Amino acid sequence: MKRFLWPLAIFILLVGFLAVGLRLDPREVPSPLVGKPAPAFELPVLHQPDKRFVPGDMRGKVWLLNVWASWCVSCREEHPVLVELSKRGVLPILGLNYKDKGDEATAWLQRFGNPYQLSVVDADGRIGIDYGVYGVPETYLIDAEGVIRYKQIGPLTQVVLEQKVLPMVKALQK
Amino acid sequence: MRRLLFFFFLSLFVFNSNSNENKPSDIQTEQRIRQLSEKLRCLVCQNQSLADSGAELAGDLRRQLHEQVAAGRSDGEIIEFMVQRYGDFVLYEPPFKPTTLLLWIGPFVLLAAAALGLVVTLRRRRREPEEPVLGAEDRHLVERVLGPAAAPRERDGSAR
Repeated sequence: MKRFLWPLAIFILLVGFLAVGLRLDPREVPSPLVGKPAPAFELPVLHQPDKRFVPGDMRGKVWLLNVWASWCVSCREEHPVLVELSKRGVLPILGLNYKDKGDEATAWLQRFGNPYQLSVVDADGRIGIDYGVYGVPETYLIDAEGVIRYKQIGPLTQVVLEQKVLPMVKALQK
Repeated sequence: MRRLLFFFFLSLFVFNSNSNENKPSDIQTEQRIRQLSEKLRCLVCQNQSLADSGAELAGDLRRQLHEQVAAGRSDGEIIEFMVQRYGDFVLYEPPFKPTTLLLWIGPFVLLAAAALGLVVTLRRRRREPEEPVLGAEDRHLVERVLGPAAAPRERDGSAR
């Protein structure tokens, strides 16, 4: 009986590791940018191409930077959540229109609603690289000091919003 | 005349591409970029390197490599650039640090433990007597089943 105890213990340990491993999403790569200042950029605004936006303009406010594109299927899935959030007026949402075409982007917003205070245009994806974007949509929560506090990889769902993001927003807005 | 012009432009093109390819520094840069992109993981299709991946992001990141190499940055600086943005995950070879300690030395620890287990088992086996000694109780049991220890000869006779 005793000789089976060790293999059993090892087996249970292994099962434990595998069970935890199965629950992890390998697509979610922890961002090294959380806790660091949001990378600076200067980009044209989607609806007013002659105007430029820098993240410094949002100093003193807690805001969301949502990376989106009209070609991105998951963005469409996420979009109603953002539209709903923008109606509640909890915090400003800004868009980073990633590797998109201007006319297609504006048409997409017209069709599905525009939750963004404004969207900036990152046509060649350079700023996306600075932000470590690898799968659109991605969302960054940035605090009043301009520090990234949270990064959502993949679509922002109602559950994630209520359980993770909004409590953080509340704490940061104090 | 038209044909002459055609050959003129063709020769320009051929000479140009030749002169580009033959520059040793260009070949070196290409090799450097190739080596760098093989060390870096594509974030989109996670089991491919930047060199092999056809994903759009991989193309963008390769362009970054080209630009940074052209700007005279060292390999270390370029890798640092990628790690700052995408974390250690972009590296195919994870760095040696406290959080990756188990990853690096784990296999050797397991190997050592297995070797130790093997040695202990072999030694114990050698010490054990080849033939198990029967206790008084076992002997009694055997006699009850097979008959008394002296019986075999008699039984042989009686069977015939």
